[in-house]
Formats: sequence, structure tokens, C-alpha cells
Amino acid sequence: MMLEIQDLAVARGGIRLLEGVSLALGAGQAMVLRGPNGIGKTTLLRAVAGLQPAVAGSITLPPEGAAYAGHADGLKATLTVAENLTFWAGIYGQSGIAPALAAMDLDALQERPAQNLSAGQKRRLGLARLLVTGRRLWLLDEPTVSLDAASVALFGASVRAHLAAGGAALMATHIDLGLDEAAILDLTPFRARHPEPGQGGGFDEAFA
Amino acid sequence: MLALLLRDLRLATRAGGGFGLSLAFFLIVTVLVPFGVGPEGGVLARIAPGILWVGALLACLLSLDRIFALDREDGSLDLLATAPIPLEGAVAAKALAHWLTTGLPLTLAAPILGVLLNLPTAGFGWLTLSLLVGTPALSVIGAFGAALTVGLKRGGLLLSLLVLPLYIPTLIFGAEAAKRGAEGLATATPLLMLAGITAGTAAILPFAAAAAIRVNLR
Repeated sequence: MMLEIQDLAVARGGIRLLEGVSLALGAGQAMVLRGPNGIGKTTLLRAVAGLQPAVAGSITLPPEGAAYAGHADGLKATLTVAENLTFWAGIYGQSGIAPALAAMDLDALQERPAQNLSAGQKRRLGLARLLVTGRRLWLLDEPTVSLDAASVALFGASVRAHLAAGGAALMATHIDLGLDEAAILDLTPFRARHPEPGQGGGFDEAFA
Repeated sequence: MLALLLRDLRLATRAGGGFGLSLAFFLIVTVLVPFGVGPEGGVLARIAPGILWVGALLACLLSLDRIFALDREDGSLDLLATAPIPLEGAVAAKALAHWLTTGLPLTLAAPILGVLLNLPTAGFGWLTLSLLVGTPALSVIGAFGAALTVGLKRGGLLLSLLVLPLYIPTLIFGAEAAKRGAEGLATATPLLMLAGITAGTAAILPFAAAAAIRVNLR
């Protein structure tokens, strides 16, 4: 089992957003989180990534952890595409960025500083970072923002290759990646019933 | 961690990295002092160690808010917090990068600027040694302050208010060591105290800074 979430409740800014979320992902499986804006998709993914504590429930990850890709790509504007990617590969103890560059069609842009990339190209570089982490579980928050149709297809192919290699992905996205095998989890039924302040232990949580 | 250190060093030397900023500030402060207190050599020689230490400290302060704020803005900090390297190690690597790009150049420039302030010849070596021993503490304490204020918009001023009082012990013993050296007195005690402060802060504050970052990332 790659990821197991049991009876999870998450809060943002002291307000409980979701409660009672349970899901399980095995190797080769993907799951898409759906729900209206503000339902707590990002908060759920950040909790799974370990960036914020869960209010209740348990999260079981692979021993090496997960690769998280949020709204920001974590790129340094003055470093080139290759330098940015090499840095993240080094952080994750991996070497060889060529397959990642090729997978996201960044070969021709290798020597270009990240500040001169378009929004979609930056996003592609941010997603190429996932490929150099060597992590089996991907947590993706709106991975396709500002990507054109061709790049979305490229990314869909990368995710499928990752799943085929025994990986897993939990993602929040509004558009169709062409991943027919992905399960869809609508978060609307898990909306916290009493979302007023204090339910998430707001004050205590800030000092937890 | 080595990758992080190398990246920060590379970023500092690229355009907009602010590598020369602290050094230029240090130079200007040191040049301004003789204009303010007058060109009398005896007065300048007496205050030179203290002025150089205060100048180095303020120059160090200039670049502190860059340590984590830039990484926070572009999302790198979130990704570093989920990366396999421990956040404490990342803090230590970033503090070391800050010292290599700020504290070390200031230390090397101080003897040259000492000439402008008529620092006695005997004091040059001791000034350099005291800065070499003391400036790592400035970077580590500064990294802790930067971690505390990382979630705040325009946290630079608050950072200065938080960090400057914490710099006082370093300043006292650092300037004292340089002054005693310039006057030809024994410098062992203030230097050992200074080394103790540096060793203590380097051992403890990366853990405190990592905890502060984790709270601020929520």
C-alpha cells in the first residue's frame, strides 16, 4: 500500500475544512480529488505531504515519503533550466536529469535562465522536478495550471509511465488528464459540518 | 546539503544576488565615520575596532531577510521541507552559505578598511581573527531570525528588531577582543567567549530555526 488515509480531518487558519476522509492508494493507482474551490484540496495534500499537521485521523506514507508539487514551482529565476533541475536531483540524491528533460520536452531550453521561460514552460520544469525525485508517491496540486493541450498530454503520459513503473499519484485537478484508470474522489461529502472557528482547535493548533 | 550550499553560493553571485551589497555598505559606513567624528587620528584609532565591528554587524544584517524569504516566495521552502534532507541541515547549509557570501568577505575587507580608521598596526591581526571567529554567529542568529519572520510580508524591519538584541553578546566580546589586541593587551578571554557564542549558536539555533519554519509553513 502506497498511501493510506484513515478518518482524516484537516483545518486551515483554525477552521476545520474536511473531516472523515479515508482513502487508499496502491502501486500503479492514481486518484483525482475533486470539489469546489475552498473545499480543502490543497490543505489535504499539504497535510499528506507533512507540511501541516492533521487535526484528526492518520496518514500512512511509503517509508521514503512523497514528492509534493504545489502551486509554486520552486524555481530560481537566475538559474538555468538544467541548473534548477540538477539542484533538485542533488537534494533527492539522484543523478541524471536527461530523462526528465526529455519527458517534459525541455531539451531545447536547457541553458535558458528560468526567468526567461513562459508560465507554461516554468510549469513543465516544475513537473520535471517530480521525475528527478525518485519518489514513488506523487502529490500534485493543480499540476496542469497554465499548460497548453500538448503539454497536458505530455504530463498525462509522464503520470501514466510513473504508474506503470509502480508509482502512485494523488492529485487535485479540474481538467481531464486523459487518465481513464484514475479513481475520482469528490470531497464535497466530507465538508466539515461545523466549520466555525474553534472546531479545528484553532488557538491550540497555532502552538501545537 | 552540499547541493543546497552550492546553489545558494551560485545564486548569490548571479545578477541580483546581492553579493557585493553588504561589502559596499560596510565600506560606506566606515568611510562616513571619519566625516562624522573628525579626522583626528588618536580618536579614530581608539574607536576603530568598535566601529568596524558595528559596521560589519549592520552589513551582515542587510542580507538576512534573503535567507528564507526568497525561497518562501518561489515555493522552494515547501519543497525543501518535504525533501529527504532534514530541515535542520538545510538551515545550517543556508546559514553557512550566508556566512561565506557575507561574513567571510567582511572579515577579509576589515583590515583594509582599518587603514581608513587609523587602526593601530598591532590590531589588524586581532580584528581579522575576532571577525573570523564571531561572524559565523551573526549568520546563524540571523538565520534563526529570518526563520521566525519567514511567513510575514515585509518582515525585514521586524527581523532587524528581533536580531539586533541577540547580536549584543557577539558584538561585546568581538569588539573587546579587537580593542585589546590593538592596545597590545591579552585577548584570550574575549576570544574564547566569542568562540563559545559561535559554537553554542551553531549547535542550537539550526534546530530552533527549523522548528520556526515548520510552524510558519502551516
